[in-house]
Amino acid sequence: MANNNYNLWHEFKKGLWQELPPFRLILGMCPTLAVTNSVINGVAMGLATSFVLLSANISVSLIRKIVPSQVRIATYVVVIALYVTVADLFLAAMFPPISKALGPYVPLIVVNCIILGRAEGFAQKNPLTPSIMDALGIGLGFTLSLALMGGIREIFGFGSILDIKLLGEWFEPWIVMILPAGAFFVFGFLVALTNYLSKRKAAAPSGH
Amino acid sequence: MNKIVKMVLVLSITGAVSGGILAQVFHFADPLIQENRKKELREAIFVVLSEAKDYTTLEKGNDKEKIVVYKGIDADGKLVGIAFIADGGGFQGNIRIMVGLSTDYLKLKGIKVLEQNETPGLGNRIKEPAFEDQFRGLEIKPKVEYIKYRKPEKPNQIQAITGATISSEAVVKNINNAVERVLKNFPQEEILK
Repeated sequence: MANNNYNLWHEFKKGLWQELPPFRLILGMCPTLAVTNSVINGVAMGLATSFVLLSANISVSLIRKIVPSQVRIATYVVVIALYVTVADLFLAAMFPPISKALGPYVPLIVVNCIILGRAEGFAQKNPLTPSIMDALGIGLGFTLSLALMGGIREIFGFGSILDIKLLGEWFEPWIVMILPAGAFFVFGFLVALTNYLSKRKAAAPSGH
Repeated sequence: MNKIVKMVLVLSITGAVSGGILAQVFHFADPLIQENRKKELREAIFVVLSEAKDYTTLEKGNDKEKIVVYKGIDADGKLVGIAFIADGGGFQGNIRIMVGLSTDYLKLKGIKVLEQNETPGLGNRIKEPAFEDQFRGLEIKPKVEYIKYRKPEKPNQIQAITGATISSEAVVKNINNAVERVLKNFPQEEILK
């Protein structure tokens, strides 16, 4: 039992660093770069993606034994498209301003390679519980990554966090940060930072 | 053979089940989405026709080119002005503006930018009150014009946003086009009666 728990915790934890989607695996670039001009947009996108990821992982894990391998990708895409459309309708119905801000990027979750990647790489080979833990970990990692990107870009681009003005009148907003170019700057720095940290982490135990 | 049957079967069932779930979700979400759209429209009309408490919708034209105007009515049931959408190209992407026109058909009562994709910090300042408010009481004859770098001199002029002339011009142009279309299709006598 203890061993079992440990594995589940590992499946969850790996999404937070080891397999952190945008910065370590460089997956899911389209939403990471496109919608992270504010914290709230980043979090909304992250949560919508996590919902799709969790639902898709559950479904794929449940039907993994009956889907013939020749048509598995087609089946997964249908399942993923279903949840994406549900998420899109839900946002449009309950949170119209967020739905408007995210625009076409919610339907585009369908082609987010994180989701098909987890279905193909994890859920189709593993039972339900680990698949859920995997989705939760990766989803949380993705949401936090987008929130971090959004936070950095919002504070430099608008001088605010979550629409609350933090920097005073003296602050001249760096418009470039909320433009597409700013996404690339922030993303590049964060990838460099995660690479640096993981190198140091890897070097430390071996005593060099 | 058996394999093919199984493949077809699995895909068909997945498709059918997904379709069924989606139909249910849509059934639940669609009325809410329509409601949100209506609310947004309603709020925009009340912004550009500030005295209005209610509105009625008038439509003209065929499916290809439909012209819609909203008659704003105050608490006593009196007509306070008409509102309509000015839709057209901007610097990047579309700009959608709600425009309010006075009942004498001479002045704008206000505008509200509903949708725009202009450059943040430059062109997107068209949605700021400082810019929108310039249109309140602006004369539409002979047409709305913009002027650069200085205060407007004529009653039909607004000052363009510095560094965003193209966006300012697009707003003016879209409003002129929409006003012209409404004047042509909904003569004043028709609205007043």
